[in-house]
Amino acid sequence: MIEVKNLTKMYGEKLAVNDISFTVEKGEILGFLGPNGAGKSTTMNMLTGYISSTSGQILINGKDIFENPKEAKANIGYLPEIPPLYLDMTVDAYLNFMFDLKKCKLPRRAHLDDVCGLCKISDVRKRVIKNLSKGYKQRVGLAQALINNPPVLILDEPTVGLDPNQIIEIRTLIKKLGKKHTVILSSHILPEIQAVCDRIIIINKGTVAADGTADEIAKNITNEHKMTMRIEGETHTASDKEKITEAIRSIEGVKYVRADMEREKGIYDYDIETDGKTDVRRELNKICSKNGWNIMMLQLSDLTLEDIFLKITMGEQIGLEKKGKKSKVRINLVTEGNAEAEAADEKSAEEAPAEKTEDTENAGGDK
Amino acid sequence: MGAIYRREMGSFFTSGLGYVFLTVFYAFSGYFFYTEVIESGISDTSPMFASMFIMFLFLIPVLTMRLLSEEKKNRTDQGLLTAPISLWEIVLGKFFAAFTLFVIAECIVFVYALILRYLGSVVWTSLIGNFTAMLFLGAAFIAIGIFVSSLTENQMAAAVVSFVVMLIFYLFDETLLIRVKDETFREILTALSFRTRYYEFTKGVFSLSSIIFFLSTAFLFNFLTVRVLEKRRWS
Repeated sequence: MIEVKNLTKMYGEKLAVNDISFTVEKGEILGFLGPNGAGKSTTMNMLTGYISSTSGQILINGKDIFENPKEAKANIGYLPEIPPLYLDMTVDAYLNFMFDLKKCKLPRRAHLDDVCGLCKISDVRKRVIKNLSKGYKQRVGLAQALINNPPVLILDEPTVGLDPNQIIEIRTLIKKLGKKHTVILSSHILPEIQAVCDRIIIINKGTVAADGTADEIAKNITNEHKMTMRIEGETHTASDKEKITEAIRSIEGVKYVRADMEREKGIYDYDIETDGKTDVRRELNKICSKNGWNIMMLQLSDLTLEDIFLKITMGEQIGLEKKGKKSKVRINLVTEGNAEAEAADEKSAEEAPAEKTEDTENAGGDK
Repeated sequence: MGAIYRREMGSFFTSGLGYVFLTVFYAFSGYFFYTEVIESGISDTSPMFASMFIMFLFLIPVLTMRLLSEEKKNRTDQGLLTAPISLWEIVLGKFFAAFTLFVIAECIVFVYALILRYLGSVVWTSLIGNFTAMLFLGAAFIAIGIFVSSLTENQMAAAVVSFVVMLIFYLFDETLLIRVKDETFREILTALSFRTRYYEFTKGVFSLSSIIFFLSTAFLFNFLTVRVLEKRRWS
């Protein structure tokens, strides 16, 4: 239905979208997820032919958006970030205008009644758009996108600025629409994407950082698994904690262990992250029984979409900061001579693993 | 094109801009009709048409200023540019909407002709010749106005700049051109002078080349507007 190949967009020197490729099948609801300024809107504007791409190809229903713009655009209903509403028109006049603009051949009255019913704007059709509330404006924008029953719907942050009730309504509507249309929607709200979309593409800094269902992304991209264990030591003191942490860390496949809060008297929780390839549960059990510790609880907690999102989007940022620190060290190295340079090198070597744990803590801690 | 044309026509009258344009034009043209035709006792309407030129300098920018600048500002251009229509349809829809209002305004001269006929005789050849010339001059001015409107998001800036551009075309008259020493340069400026070309008609000369000049100016600026919209997508 939609094919995007090596799409790139430069604004002057700034690279807004960098070599994005993906395809969307018929009847799929695809979610674009990314922080603000990641290139979601730019990509959507290119998909709908509002702006051109610097290079790459977009096929909508087999029609190239730049070679056959009219035919390709006839297949698309687009709700931009700011709905393109003429504020001085009534809802009815506006929808009739869009009906003509899209050269819709369907029976006018019945089709507009249909669309208005679907978006629940039948009761405001005689009102002037500028007097409508934000939620109604958004729904009029959605109604406009639905005119002419386009097989592809592209919705840029469709629920932004709506109250929780309206958000749920719009989500249900999108789900309903997804049965007949191919839908691409963008958002930076994670639960929304998770609730509505069959497939997710995470865009970060203009590139596709992840592509798949929420579960697939969790498995493939991060390649990590988390679990929480509650272990009773022998002495019920803090020294248990260190011993147990050490022991768990020595198991092959464990990437990271951290003792959490004291849950029962003298009994602590341990957050464990593994590399995802080896199942460490049996090994853990063995160690505990060997040392005479009791396992009070073992809970697997796979990464949520939120964890992944933060990992992908924040991870890079932390990486950058690290680089910044390192270059700072290098500056010291130049100005303060050789003797201190070695010390500084050592210091940065020490810092690196420490930061790594910090990094993972950040990702998991927000859960 | 039809959809955009109908929307713009509706918008002229819901926003009140159309009424203001027509009222101001009718009031002032009535004044010119009275002073330059009835009071002076000449049945030729040419002097009145000469004065109307100046009125349109002020009024056409008002008509065209928001046509494209407002679309850009309110982001409604996203709706137009992602609809299955060509840029020419967008530009021409707007052009003909403004042109229709202009023609409605100009047709008042036929009411004046009826009044003249009641009072005496009408020089129909001069009236029709002037009417035609003004029609094509208006088309050229509207195209310039829309072009300027496509360059900015600010309506007032669009109005002022199109007024200045039209004023420059107006100032290209004989008194200015006579000061130009270089002969070829003078010839070029004379050829471009809207005023000289238009005033030929008020003197009773029907010049086909001037009609073609105005028409090609209208086409050129509509073409440039299309290019501006196209370029915006590529930047």
